[in-house]
Amino acid sequence: MHRRSFLAGSAATLAMPAIVRAQSARVIRFIPESDIVIFDPVVTPSAQTREHAYLIYDTLFGLDDQYRPQLQMLEGYTVENEGKLWRLTLRDGLKFHDGERVLARDCVASIKRWGVRDTFGQALMAATDEIVAANDKTIEVRLKRPFPLLPDALGKTMAYMCPIMPERIAKTDPFQAITDPTGSGPYKYVANERVPGSRVVYQRFADYVPRKDGVPQTTAGPKITHFDRVEWSIIQEPGTAALALQRAEVDWLQTPNPDLLPALRANKNIVVKIISPTGLVAYMRFNQLLPPFDNPAMRRALLGAVTQSDYMIGINGADKTLWRDGVGYFLPGSPLANDAGMAALTGPRDLAKVKADLAAAGYKGEKIAMMVATDVSYLRIMGDITADLSKKIGLNVEYQAIDWTTVVQRRSKMDPIDQGGWNLFCINDNGVNQLNPASHLWLRGNGKAAAPGWPTSPALESLRDRWLQAADLEAQKKIAVEMQLQAFQDVPYIPLGQSIAPTAHRSDIVGVLNGQPTFWNVRRST
Amino acid sequence: MFAYLVRRLLATIPVMGVVAIFVFSLLYLSPGDPAVVIGGDTATLEDIAKIREKLGLDRPFLVQFGTWLWNVVRGDLGISIFTNLPVSKLILQRVEPTIALTVSTLLVTVCVAIPMGVLAAWKAGTWIDRLVMAFAVLGFSFPVFVTGYLMIFSLSIWLDLLPVQGYVSITNGFFAFLPNMVLPSLALGMVYIALIARITRASMLEVLSQDYIRTAHSKGLSKPNVLFGHALKNAAVPIVTTLGIGLALLISGVVVTESVFAIPGLGRLTVDAILRRDYPIIQGVILVFSAAYVLINLMIDVTYTFLDPRIRY
Amino acid sequence: MAVTALDDATDIGASRPVTIREIVRRHPTVVIGSGLLLALVLMAIFAPYLGTVDPQALSPIRRLRGPSEQYWFGTDMLGRDVYSRVVYGARISLVVGLSVALLSSAIGLAIGLVSGFNRPVDAVVMRIMDGMMSIPAVLLAIALMALTKASIENVIFAITIAEVPRVSRLVRGVVLSLREQPFVEAARATGTRSWRIVVRHILPNTLAPLIVQGTYICAAAIITEAILSFLGAGTPPNIPSWGNIMAEGRSLFQVAAYIILFPGMFLSITVLAVNLVGDGLRDALDPRLARRM
Repeated sequence: MHRRSFLAGSAATLAMPAIVRAQSARVIRFIPESDIVIFDPVVTPSAQTREHAYLIYDTLFGLDDQYRPQLQMLEGYTVENEGKLWRLTLRDGLKFHDGERVLARDCVASIKRWGVRDTFGQALMAATDEIVAANDKTIEVRLKRPFPLLPDALGKTMAYMCPIMPERIAKTDPFQAITDPTGSGPYKYVANERVPGSRVVYQRFADYVPRKDGVPQTTAGPKITHFDRVEWSIIQEPGTAALALQRAEVDWLQTPNPDLLPALRANKNIVVKIISPTGLVAYMRFNQLLPPFDNPAMRRALLGAVTQSDYMIGINGADKTLWRDGVGYFLPGSPLANDAGMAALTGPRDLAKVKADLAAAGYKGEKIAMMVATDVSYLRIMGDITADLSKKIGLNVEYQAIDWTTVVQRRSKMDPIDQGGWNLFCINDNGVNQLNPASHLWLRGNGKAAAPGWPTSPALESLRDRWLQAADLEAQKKIAVEMQLQAFQDVPYIPLGQSIAPTAHRSDIVGVLNGQPTFWNVRRST
Repeated sequence: MFAYLVRRLLATIPVMGVVAIFVFSLLYLSPGDPAVVIGGDTATLEDIAKIREKLGLDRPFLVQFGTWLWNVVRGDLGISIFTNLPVSKLILQRVEPTIALTVSTLLVTVCVAIPMGVLAAWKAGTWIDRLVMAFAVLGFSFPVFVTGYLMIFSLSIWLDLLPVQGYVSITNGFFAFLPNMVLPSLALGMVYIALIARITRASMLEVLSQDYIRTAHSKGLSKPNVLFGHALKNAAVPIVTTLGIGLALLISGVVVTESVFAIPGLGRLTVDAILRRDYPIIQGVILVFSAAYVLINLMIDVTYTFLDPRIRY
Repeated sequence: MAVTALDDATDIGASRPVTIREIVRRHPTVVIGSGLLLALVLMAIFAPYLGTVDPQALSPIRRLRGPSEQYWFGTDMLGRDVYSRVVYGARISLVVGLSVALLSSAIGLAIGLVSGFNRPVDAVVMRIMDGMMSIPAVLLAIALMALTKASIENVIFAITIAEVPRVSRLVRGVVLSLREQPFVEAARATGTRSWRIVVRHILPNTLAPLIVQGTYICAAAIITEAILSFLGAGTPPNIPSWGNIMAEGRSLFQVAAYIILFPGMFLSITVLAVNLVGDGLRDALDPRLARRM
């Protein structure tokens, strides 16, 4: 009795010494979904790199909660010459972390570098004659043909976003990761506190000037910082991460394991909420350069085998507020989403018929190499479900257990499977990417230039071109219907459903914005 | 004695040599061409050939081994395939938590296991003895992750006493550092405590049966005095030896414990490296752990020759 | 009091033939241990007939049900029956434990014998063994697993390599001490061939410590397999081994502790059983060692 109360008392004081308490008011501790591997948002589409980028870089345009571009680094812009000349003017007071002013030529170099890698950027570059710095504050974009979506492209929040960096850094080869983390964003990256696999630290950039107007939403409006430090702790154990949040050892857990949500919700000191209603769309991707999935009939046959709700329940649990099935090739609930051809996924499942279809497609039990990232729980679950399904329909799938970063490396290999290539993997994509064909990486059909899997579909490509030039939303919607029908023919991938993962933070943290995790506007209420 | 010291020192050279050969072969035999991995997706065949040449991968095994060994001796453990950072830097960044965890586990073990063993030997044959022995067998049978989760569940979730994860550097003050160490050292210490309690009991039994202890008894010296003053001192050698040898158990356990409690030490580094097949890191960590193990056991051996003049070689 | 207990202990050391009945009477732990072990082996062999279903069969709709009459140990996050997985998991643990014990004993015996009889070989081989022993077993196994792809054979192979040095050291020690014994020297003097000496005199004497060591290796191998799988470097993750089941269940420890507790319990019981058998055998077969440990 005596000893126990002593233990409890001393442990309580031990657990939170005065120094730590005083500091914690100015530090926000965050657990991201996984570690950052590459610190260059132009080189990798990783979400963590993107979140890192929004801390240390600023963007010309931000997006509000309705995904509408708003001025961010810009004072304003004008469009002349029938939409073919854009003049973007920088606002005053913008500085890089090294103290240099942000000039128009820095922005020009940054846009050019990004334009090589991003699909939306490539579309913009294709329409562009030249981009120049007219003076220190003015960027001139001279177009071959009108490109009304220019602000959308420069403000896009999904990979690849367009970060503004000093010209000397932006001149780096766009396929080579940059090493100098100088930006002009509200936080500075603290390189010497970095511990790979464990810690990322940011420090407030005192000279950042937030814009005066606008409403803070997603990445638009004033970026006012309330914390001196942002500390990311990488905790790969979802159970440990959730416990750390419950015990107030961290302030914010980006993606709690869905099965642990009831425990988090039951805690009155924790807020569980959805900041990204577009969530993640899961899909099964094929390597279309290699047999057997170079054969569209094989891919079409599998459409009849997949039950989206199996995948979604497996990942998210039975709570239907956390997922959707009946997902097609555009983000559910968005203007372009439609029902065309959906029967292929929502009709009754008949595995015997799938077997027959596979045989008819000429499948003779060839080995299929499936990459499964066993270190990310939802990817592993998708792998397990696919393996189980394959057994039932007689696909000879080899379950290759590897880690996520290796999947990222290996998926870009076009080699045959005995030389490290692959046939199949399951993955999630940010729902926002699937809002429209411009940013929908996985719906492209431009062969080896497309995302890993490399589908070739001239029909999809020409529909995409038509969409980019469509006059209005009605026209866009019509094209989207055609695209979805075409996708069900070519099957660049099979949609497996949409997960809407909430985020969880301590209730004394207020001002968390929608969209991705951002670290301005948030503060600790006292 | 001097000759013994020299001999003992020289004997560690072939041991570390074998470790070095093993560790080097690991990279040499690893599937996949390191040059291709380092070159990345955009490397051309020419680039890869250049990298191979730069790394010396086109030279014979022995030459490669020699170069590698020379680099290791100079503290260059190569470059991590994944993070592109020097392995020695990654290891240095993570040494502190691992040392902290190992030392605190060692302290917990000594403080718990030795009194337990002494008590069991003193009360040999009674229920106290059986209890201690039962604990010793159980301690061997529970893998560290099972113990770890049981402790998190009871001490962190139910009783809400201690942090479940992370590491606070001792440079932030001892009382900031301590809470994070308690659970991992207890979980990790379980096997070790079982081992040391057993060996303490056994060597105490042996010592207690000797004549001079009986004499001490008959001279009317008090029990604790006999037990700790005389007997334990004489039983110390096998106990300390086992502490040294048992470090291997501890190191194996560190790898698991650091994963369970999210401690950013060498163990976590190892686990991440295995999952990513980052061979230079795996090599570096094995070298460091083995060298530490050999060195500590060498120090223990050497200490005996000073402490216990009865030991002759 | 201490003295009485010690006298008792010395008594065990008396060398006279022991009968099975005596073993049972003196070492109830062996009986408990082997009883448990037998039950576990039977469970592994007859896994399909013990009310189990396909341990890999998914049923997302029935996920995360707590233990009940229908699902004795509950279901995991993919709706797989934890009871069936645990029962089938026994096969992996026992196969790994036994194979490693047998293989490393056989290899270690061969190395130990050769090196005990041949000085030049001894010098080289024992340096190699010392070097390997200075790499902690789990790390050594991990390193070997990193070289190959996940499979049960490779797990057995990796753990065996890590255990061989200990066995060969043990055997070599026995051989060296026996070489100086009068009966071996006598046999030598009369011109008996080396291999006959080994078969007649050395092997029988190494057997007892080898068996004892073998059981401990079996226990260690079972734990190492679980650790390797738990860390993602062991049995392929789609095969239900206890380490794998626990590795999958660990993130849900707070809400579905049973996923990790049941395999953890079985793992611990199995290791305990093997250890009890080992302790008992050691007491019975090698009284000298028994007093020291």
